[in-house]
Amino acid sequence: MSESLDLHLALAETELENPVLPYLRQDRIPHIWCPGCGIGTSVNCFCRALTDSGLDLDKVAIVSGIGCTGRTAGYLNLDSFHTTHGRAIPFATGLKLGNPDLNVVVYSGDGDLFAIGGNHFFHAARRNMDILVICVNNFTYGMTGGQVAPTTPVGPTQTTMPLGNFESPFNLPFIADACGATYVSRWTVYHVRQLAKAMKEALNKKGFRFIEVMSPCPTLYSRRNRLGDGVDQVKYYKENSVIKNGADTKDIGLGYQGEIVVGKFVDRERATWLESMNDHFSKVLGDQFKPYGGKPEGV
Amino acid sequence: MKADPKGVLTGVHFIDGDHAACEGALAAGCRFVAGYPITPSTEIVERFAARIPKVGGVFIQMEDELAASIAIQGGVWAGHKVMNVTSGPGLSLMMEHLGYACMTETPSVWVDVQRGGPSTGLPTLPAQADMMQIKWGSHGDYEIIALSPNSPQECFDLMIKAFNLSEEYRCPVFLMMDEVVGHMTERVEIPAADQIEVTERKWTKKKPKDYKAYETTPEDLVPEMIKAGDGYRVHVTGLTHDERGYPKMDVPTQAQLVTRLLDKIRKNADKLVDVRMDGCEGADVIVVSFGITSRVATAAIETARAQGLKVGHLRLIICWPFPVKLIQDLAKTVKAFVVPELNMGQMVLEVRKAVEGKVKVISVPHPGGTVHEPETILEQIVEAAR
Ligand SMILES: Cc1ncc(C[n+]2csc(CCOP(=O)(O)OP(=O)(O)O)c2C)c(N)n1
Ligand code: SF4
Ligand SMILES: [Mg+2]
Repeated sequence: MSESLDLHLALAETELENPVLPYLRQDRIPHIWCPGCGIGTSVNCFCRALTDSGLDLDKVAIVSGIGCTGRTAGYLNLDSFHTTHGRAIPFATGLKLGNPDLNVVVYSGDGDLFAIGGNHFFHAARRNMDILVICVNNFTYGMTGGQVAPTTPVGPTQTTMPLGNFESPFNLPFIADACGATYVSRWTVYHVRQLAKAMKEALNKKGFRFIEVMSPCPTLYSRRNRLGDGVDQVKYYKENSVIKNGADTKDIGLGYQGEIVVGKFVDRERATWLESMNDHFSKVLGDQFKPYGGKPEGV
Repeated sequence: MKADPKGVLTGVHFIDGDHAACEGALAAGCRFVAGYPITPSTEIVERFAARIPKVGGVFIQMEDELAASIAIQGGVWAGHKVMNVTSGPGLSLMMEHLGYACMTETPSVWVDVQRGGPSTGLPTLPAQADMMQIKWGSHGDYEIIALSPNSPQECFDLMIKAFNLSEEYRCPVFLMMDEVVGHMTERVEIPAADQIEVTERKWTKKKPKDYKAYETTPEDLVPEMIKAGDGYRVHVTGLTHDERGYPKMDVPTQAQLVTRLLDKIRKNADKLVDVRMDGCEGADVIVVSFGITSRVATAAIETARAQGLKVGHLRLIICWPFPVKLIQDLAKTVKAFVVPELNMGQMVLEVRKAVEGKVKVISVPHPGGTVHEPETILEQIVEAAR
């Protein structure tokens, strides 16, 4: 074996030592996601964000609903909960209130979080529950085969909108903002560095935090609408995204293959639900009340 | 383990069943409730909301029962003992999460203060018509445990028992109250904390590297538990899973998991018999009852006995699992069973199934809204004794 080949192999080996591997349950790989799917890219960013966050990973818990994105919990080497369709947020609420020392992240799809689970999103944001919600928005129900979602723009076909969607979609950052989220941003899976940075920033912030991640579903949404493969979609993200930090969330709804406004839109301080509870009871009950926090007693 | 005194309101009280149930939960160690109000169960969460700030813990009113019934499960995996409180329509909304608790083996107490149905039905009036819903209402095969109190005192006592059983078997345990028991006010004696036995969670002693979330042995079908944040990096899913807790959707894994989930209750069915028997030996007729109906049945039985009939009373404290063997044994000596209940014939089906046509089984149904007239039950006892 020549010296240069040796060197080459050694280099290849170091490259194989992917820095996100320690964050994954390696005994569960290969994953179920299709080639070109954007969910994996977002998870990669999340792993990098975990590294950079400096958090004790034993204290980070991840909660998913049901869907392709909902499988994320199962691949991460954290305390991880794959719950029921639409209910990741209330499960996360119980987990967080049960042990306020945990940093609780909800990672799920657009259908899961905004159709069946929409009500929970609104209320968790309103209460300023101290959780980070990451929504992978692929404009469709991936897991069930490409049905219309509350995020589907007007125009493209879905299996349950075979003649093209005529319903108006939600503008997710606008909802999060209006309901009181402390942090709201949107990135696409093209923006890996910005996305990882946003995730890191959000991981270290308090309150109800929301990140929308635009992500291709090449198998269903793109193919059905002749939008090419995953790479074509990422190219579209690249060419049509404009970064507008601080943009008014009401102006950034997404149209079909139109302009994509990305950036950080909201970053504010508000007392979390638990802080409000503790403050309030301390005021009303005085010495009779011991602020709640930390682990359940006797455990 | 003894109860934590902070949650025990030792003394003699004059309170209704809903309030007594709440005290039972606090005594059992429940410090986290996520609820959603619904008549006639609301007073349980109202009392919890009022009591918990000083006891130490959290109450949160969620946006609906779907949220409440899964938020409590989040609380469990954070290390808490929890209760889920509802009635009628709320119970219907919770069915998916009942299955989730069974599948993930999340110990939890589910309180159903039964009211007349279907649908909105009779919000303020009693029924016992959810007995089959809790057993069969979530999809797939599963087993639960259900207890049925007939007084405020029993709401307290059986609540503690429900918590203890849920920890022992790691399954949902139902406290099947009804509107009358929930709203009836009686004397309730709450013992000192050191007189109350509470079952600790089945915490693992294993190190994270040796721990598998759903590992069991043939002798002990209940896996050991952990809580989030302790470094075990557990995975919990409602999908069919292997002993690591990882999704594994194949026929053998499904068979192994579902069989174990059923067997951990079924194989302990003998241990889980809890009945009150009165005069069953030598009886010609046995009245099988539960909850509030047992009190009306007692009146009917006394009259029947005064008329010279040999009538026994079998009151189910634990309704699920149903005491099949006990009923089969009794069927060898009686002429008939009479089964009054505030529904159109639910638990009577279990009695019929157990006796396999060997003796008469007479249903005394009632569509709900009030309790039976003792005379209605008496008539059937007389008929059965013939
Ligand atoms: C109660 C319930 N209803 C319906 C389903 C079927 N279902 C599974 S995933 C899903 C939609 C997922 O869409 P989304 O959240 O956008 O996730 P994606 O697969 O696109 O990542 C549906 C409808 C279910 N599992 N549970
Ligand atoms: S179906 Fe779509 S969303 Fe699901 S894994 Fe495949 S590409 Fe991704
Ligand atoms: Mg989707």
